[in-house]
Amino acid sequence: MSNAAIPVTEYSTPQRGWYKRNEIAITPWLFLAPGVFFFLVYVIFPIFQSFNLSLYRWDGLGQAEFIGMANYQELVSDRAFEVSLWNNLKWLILYLLAIPAGLFIALFLNQTVTGIRLYKSLFFFPFVISQIVVGLVFTWFYDPTFGLLNVMLGWVGLGPINVLGDPSIVTYGIIAAGLWPQTAYCMILYLTGLNAVDPEQIEAARLDGARGWRMLWYVIVPQLKPATFIAFVVTIIGALRSFDLISIMTNGGPFGTSRVLSFYMFEKALSEYGFRMGYGAAIAVVLFLIMLIFIAYFLWSMFQEERGR
Amino acid sequence: MFPTPIEKTSRTWQITYQTFLPLALLLWLMPLLAVALFSIKPEADFVSGGYWSLPTYFAGLENYGRVFFQSDMPRYLLNSVLITIPTVIGCVILSSMTGFALGIYRFRSNIWIFFMFVAGNFVPFQILMVPVRDLTLDLGLYNTKTGLVLFHIAFQTGFCTLFMRNFIRALPFALIEAARVEGIAEWRIFWYVVLPLMKPAMAALAVLIFTFIWNDYFWAVVLTQGAESQPVTAGITSFNAQYRAAYHLMSAGSIVAALPPVAMFFLMQKHFIAGLTLGAVK
Repeated sequence: MSNAAIPVTEYSTPQRGWYKRNEIAITPWLFLAPGVFFFLVYVIFPIFQSFNLSLYRWDGLGQAEFIGMANYQELVSDRAFEVSLWNNLKWLILYLLAIPAGLFIALFLNQTVTGIRLYKSLFFFPFVISQIVVGLVFTWFYDPTFGLLNVMLGWVGLGPINVLGDPSIVTYGIIAAGLWPQTAYCMILYLTGLNAVDPEQIEAARLDGARGWRMLWYVIVPQLKPATFIAFVVTIIGALRSFDLISIMTNGGPFGTSRVLSFYMFEKALSEYGFRMGYGAAIAVVLFLIMLIFIAYFLWSMFQEERGR
Repeated sequence: MFPTPIEKTSRTWQITYQTFLPLALLLWLMPLLAVALFSIKPEADFVSGGYWSLPTYFAGLENYGRVFFQSDMPRYLLNSVLITIPTVIGCVILSSMTGFALGIYRFRSNIWIFFMFVAGNFVPFQILMVPVRDLTLDLGLYNTKTGLVLFHIAFQTGFCTLFMRNFIRALPFALIEAARVEGIAEWRIFWYVVLPLMKPAMAALAVLIFTFIWNDYFWAVVLTQGAESQPVTAGITSFNAQYRAAYHLMSAGSIVAALPPVAMFFLMQKHFIAGLTLGAVK
């Protein structure tokens, strides 16, 4: 990229038009204009508007009233907010299980037996279908009267459990449903990564007597680093964006115990619980700040890589 | 290759692997298979409590028929198509332009604009929710497909730009230099040199965005309300409210709603995976 803009103006005559002379400097801006405009209007400005809005009391219709940090003060003593925050943490940590699980399945499928391609695509299947359908499917899977889970528990003599009706396990039940497509995603990333692992290094390590777990940990996993990075990025984002599953499986219940920040914000700002836009914006700001830690890390990693090129 | 190729291992392990493979798949897809089974069972089976028995008779046609002819499902499906296709087209056009600008030209703010797109793409939806809903209301586009499409195009441009820019960076730069030496105008370089080379990236993006947008639920409930403009993901929830205990119909409906991205995936598998795993290999 060091030779990107070769000055062609050197051999151009002064009579050429202004545009012609500055073509290379202007063209990128012309090409960027529509995309940047859309992105600013719909993504960048709204972030700042939300920050601003979180300082107001507003029902979405009437006049907004400036109340300073009052929304944030209210958050501190809001039990439901605390529950949501803890659930977000559970999501963040447990969702990361998708990464080792995906690696495990990828290793299992990284063979060349007949029909393996079809197996790979069928294993990837859960990622392609909408989270709404995944949520419905798992709601039935957990159903206390006929759900497959309880049918299977019955085989080993365990009593029926109502996963989605029990405040102490409901969040774990939803996370398990979310892990299903997420694992599939990580699997496909690792399958691609495994394809590119250097066979000579593996042979060399084999000659040195590396096998099984040691081979995996010291030879394979380091070479899978780019895949792991992407798996990490998409899994963190997926965990913090969890909304669809909660909405369809429990609607935040029972007694609001399965809410996360993204769901609680929606509930406060847009559902029958009242149109508290300012308070909702304050919740969104907190969620955004959590995400910002990760965004900063991702960008920093990408920046290092760009410089290394 | 790691793990050791199966054909180089012992006969017992080979047989074990070959038996476990289909079993593992069956287990993995069990929740889906259950739904597929439900969707071909007659209503009477559920009434008599035989949830997991074999269907007393094949009621697939009946169930899917009702979904297609006696519910709002076709309407929701059509809405989804009318939301998804324009979004895909818009995103591919916008991002091939932004990707070209950021991938080919060198100027000071290049990396910052690029990072703006990348960072914006990671933002939680909730921080955009209230302002975007207001903006859509102000434009008079609330509860219209156009309102949803405009937002989706804008938001997905972030991811698409990342994708296109990295793809263009990997193209041989000598091609562009050669064209410049010939004195070809910059926009012609875009149209005649770069765009033809971007076809695989465009195909990959198209299938990815199709799936993302088809499966979107959050923005569908934030920006639309009724059957006249809601896509199928939102439709299925009102379907759910309407037929809560009618498992045979809900199952059939869910399968119909899930089918288009699945079909897309199987038809364009190569592009889909290439798009999804971009960057997973150095």
